[in-house]
Amino acid sequence: MSAAATARPAARERPRVSWRRPLSLTLRYAVLIAILVFAIFPFVWTLAIALTDKTAGVSIYAFPASLLPRRITLHNFVDVYRTFHLGAYLWNSVSITVMTVIGTLVVSALAAYPLARFRFPGRNVIFSAIVATLVLPSETNFIVNTLTLKNLHLLGTHLGVVIPTVAGAFGIFLMRQAFLSIPSALLEAARLDGASELTILTRIMLPLTRPSLAALGIFTLVTTWNAYFWPMVVLSGAPERVPLSVAVLKLKGQFNYDPFNIAAGSLFMMLPVLIVFLLAQRLFLRGLEGAVK
Amino acid sequence: MRIPWRQTLMSYTFLAPALILLAVFTFYPLVYGAYLGFTEYTGARFAQGLGPKFTGLDNFRTLAGDPLFHTAIWNSVRYLLVVPVLQLASLAVAVLVNKELPGMTWFRAAYYVPVVTSVSLAAVMFEWVFNREGVLNWVLTSLHLTTPQKAIGWLNSETWAFFAVMLVTFWRGFGYYMVLYLAGLQTIPQELEEAAVLDGANPWQRFWRVTVPLMRPTILLCTLLSTIAALRVLEEVLVLTNGGPLNSTYTALMYVYAKAFQGFDFNYGLASAAGLVVAAVALIISAVNFRLFRTDDVAEGA
Repeated sequence: MSAAATARPAARERPRVSWRRPLSLTLRYAVLIAILVFAIFPFVWTLAIALTDKTAGVSIYAFPASLLPRRITLHNFVDVYRTFHLGAYLWNSVSITVMTVIGTLVVSALAAYPLARFRFPGRNVIFSAIVATLVLPSETNFIVNTLTLKNLHLLGTHLGVVIPTVAGAFGIFLMRQAFLSIPSALLEAARLDGASELTILTRIMLPLTRPSLAALGIFTLVTTWNAYFWPMVVLSGAPERVPLSVAVLKLKGQFNYDPFNIAAGSLFMMLPVLIVFLLAQRLFLRGLEGAVK
Repeated sequence: MRIPWRQTLMSYTFLAPALILLAVFTFYPLVYGAYLGFTEYTGARFAQGLGPKFTGLDNFRTLAGDPLFHTAIWNSVRYLLVVPVLQLASLAVAVLVNKELPGMTWFRAAYYVPVVTSVSLAAVMFEWVFNREGVLNWVLTSLHLTTPQKAIGWLNSETWAFFAVMLVTFWRGFGYYMVLYLAGLQTIPQELEEAAVLDGANPWQRFWRVTVPLMRPTILLCTLLSTIAALRVLEEVLVLTNGGPLNSTYTALMYVYAKAFQGFDFNYGLASAAGLVVAAVALIISAVNFRLFRTDDVAEGA
């Protein structure tokens, strides 16, 4: 991380041959914009479709006209919200996501604290086991986990989607790294004052590691909100409880296929993540960079 | 040093939720899933409330004789084609946005947006792109590479659906690897680049002679990650083509999923056995990768 921070400003003083500069710069931006179109075109188009007034009898496939709708309306959003009970699916997404984020933060922080700060018999074994989950073949886990959830009577419930996902190596790792960076003197002082370990964790460690908690929370939020396969498997017997990510594809499969409504429904799903991402993009990109170092 | 028992007790209390959850939902399924691969555990047995019946290698013999499984494995191996393309493109894009020019932060963020897109959203959007009347055909027609009469419904074509799904994998992946490569690029000493410029190296030469060799650890790490991801591809296939048309996009994990959950003649035993085969292939490929390119390099980069 620190190496990245110092290396970046230095890039400005690179020597360049002066007459070639404008040409290469134009070329560079042309390529960048071409890639930009590739990356975000589907979103732009979806937005355009969602905002199109379909009563005018337009086709989404009339290029390039469908990219710039002549009559803009918000009616599709209202329409899809009402006819497809989108509110219920939105609520399902919120319920699953909130439970997963809170669960992940609590479980990861609790587990990371002793791993970072204490010596106890079995610590290395436990830590290795957690590391191992990153590389172990998980191809068949979803089959057995479905059976387990069935036995626990959690199949078809939001809790069933959430519980198997909250304990993960990524979260425990991230929090452990954060806790390791807190000076021991702080902890010693608190202990001398008679604070319990739980107090130290909640009053000292967690407030001081807020950026890491936020990063983990946002990562978990986006992943959970977008998750498709696992909620689809767990909730296959309870279609009314599926989150938006699963419901959107069901809308698509309905016989009264209406692309305008589906585009609007997709935006309902995309917007929260897009907003979170734009607000926290530094955290995202830095967090990933940190993963390589 | 003696460790106070209270400290041990406290540690295990804090670790308990994570350990219990990992044991039940990660380690137990690994072991039990592997066992299921050697049993008969069909829909019929399940309906009668019977448990799995040990049958030795029967499932693997079934897999060996199942043309659909051969197709699935072949498609998964073929899917690895996406790896070199994806890695080279991500590296090139990373080099492109690694310069401090106006707006560069925005380009980086925008390229990352597909990564935070759900696969179901990608399915909705790309169905319109790949439609016979979709954007892809419009672009190709505009470039006079095809005509509206010869337009292809990409996801319905036995030849092209496979590559269409790959394009979505590429689209969702390049921003992710770009960020990893960016991190690697930041570690290249400035002096080396400058020396290359002074020696008269053009950008192309600098990329191949300076950047690529110095980025070796990151390239290996990303290639490994993306190889495993390509072998395990399931969601894109599931939402875009469901394995079709005519099984042309049916991949190995699609087989595992379908045998476990689709239809009434599901067979957890056979699905688990197929999962074991995929896992074994993934492990072998990782091992080969690590052997081929010295492990210490990767460890250094990671």
